[in-house]
Amino acid sequence: MTTSRRTGAPTTQRMFAAHGPGLVEHHQRFGPLPESAGTALVPVLDRSGLTGRGGAGFPAGRKIASVTGRRAVVIGNGAEGEPLSHKDAELLSRAPHLVLDGLKVAAAAVSAEKVVLYVPFRAVPTIKAAISERSSAKLDRHRVTVVAAPDRFVAGQESAVVRRVEGGPALPRDQTVPPSTSGVRGRPTLVNNVETLAHIALIARYGSRWFRSLGDPSEPGTMLVTLSGGPTLSGGPTPHSVLEVPTGTRLTDLVGHLGVTDLRALRAVLVGGYHGSWIPREMVTGARLSRAGLAHLGASPGAGIIHALPADQCGLARTADILGYLAGESARQCGPCRNGLPQLARLFDDLAYRRVDDRLLDEVRRMIDLIDGRGSCRHPDGTARLARSALDAFASDITHHRYGRCEATLTSVYGTGRPRHHTSGSR
Amino acid sequence: MRTPPTSPTRLHIDWTRCQGRGLCTELLPRLLDRDDWGYPIARDRSSEPAVPPAALSEARTAVDLCPRLALSLITDVNPGIE
Repeated sequence: MTTSRRTGAPTTQRMFAAHGPGLVEHHQRFGPLPESAGTALVPVLDRSGLTGRGGAGFPAGRKIASVTGRRAVVIGNGAEGEPLSHKDAELLSRAPHLVLDGLKVAAAAVSAEKVVLYVPFRAVPTIKAAISERSSAKLDRHRVTVVAAPDRFVAGQESAVVRRVEGGPALPRDQTVPPSTSGVRGRPTLVNNVETLAHIALIARYGSRWFRSLGDPSEPGTMLVTLSGGPTLSGGPTPHSVLEVPTGTRLTDLVGHLGVTDLRALRAVLVGGYHGSWIPREMVTGARLSRAGLAHLGASPGAGIIHALPADQCGLARTADILGYLAGESARQCGPCRNGLPQLARLFDDLAYRRVDDRLLDEVRRMIDLIDGRGSCRHPDGTARLARSALDAFASDITHHRYGRCEATLTSVYGTGRPRHHTSGSR
Repeated sequence: MRTPPTSPTRLHIDWTRCQGRGLCTELLPRLLDRDDWGYPIARDRSSEPAVPPAALSEARTAVDLCPRLALSLITDVNPGIE
């Protein structure tokens, strides 16, 4: 496979370059997949530097190389339980054939016996239509099984995906070996995010050098981001906007797309979603959307979620809201998560709405340590990460709350019930 | 036979099975404590605590006797695939 730049290769808008979602537009824009795609996939992906776009950021080539056994299963993961993420849904509706191409290439690379696309209920009709277009054109050797993902936060966790594909509930399960060794019914299983598959489909066509021509060199290419929040949205529902940007894009440019030109309009930016990290306003300048560009802040891009908290909203109150939601999304299978997440959410309610003292802060920190790493999936770990980052990012706010004030309003947080500004509701 | 120092035996807890009955914390008091709700928590706060050779026999007993079959001993190196 050549790695030189091909004529007709898309530039910045890569995944959304076709004029429409149909197979005809797809082939008009990208042409057919090379016949040999899949045979030399791993070295090409290694050279491309593609990392998984589902949040964990594991090198895509190494993940595929780790699936070596017979009767392998390949699953495209389009479940997007995170309320602040919309990029996978957007990709599945606008470029389903790129995802299906990537699935085909990945299936060929591991000689898969079973190929599955796991997508939310509402995406099923679109995907089935795309699959029937392809079978009419006799495009794929494999039959692609579509499995519907329920709308819950943990439904996209790798072991939950495997369990659902086996016919069970979409709930995480205990893992002592990764699915690449033992996944669906004990068979070697490759689970790739649908955006990762779309990138694979493009790398198979245009090569690794083309892929690396954009983005942060340590983690190259483009990535989809979902932007939400911002100063105009206090109190209202948050519209999402999905963009394709080079990795390493400045956070200031990203919040610029939300209409934020003066950072003073913001309190903080949440990067990586409900399992992500708050970046306080004064640290936003200089931060870039890549592992390297966020490492000094203890954050990572996750699945490309950027949520801007307006200056007139309280970060502690917003975090308390999110923690309450995350507690409700626990699969309630693991004791420390089932008990600890509601307890942490209650403690954060106290931080946000009641007078803060050292005892409360110590108890919050103790509870975070008590849930971190103590479940069968990443839900407690991600929740702990968010809570810790809130304590750091809103440290000065915590000081204000000790004295009954709040930076969001610089007025008393006491009064009759919860002040309106303390119920953000912009989920 | 020597166990390579890079891959000590670790105690794995299947949290989906564990109901905090507490037998393991009684058999392995130097390795495990109980949290606020009675679930085992490693004293070193790791999610899969390393079992020192002196505690291996008790650890095996804990694995065998756990009423929820929630414990296992792991010796292989985690390949770290997520």
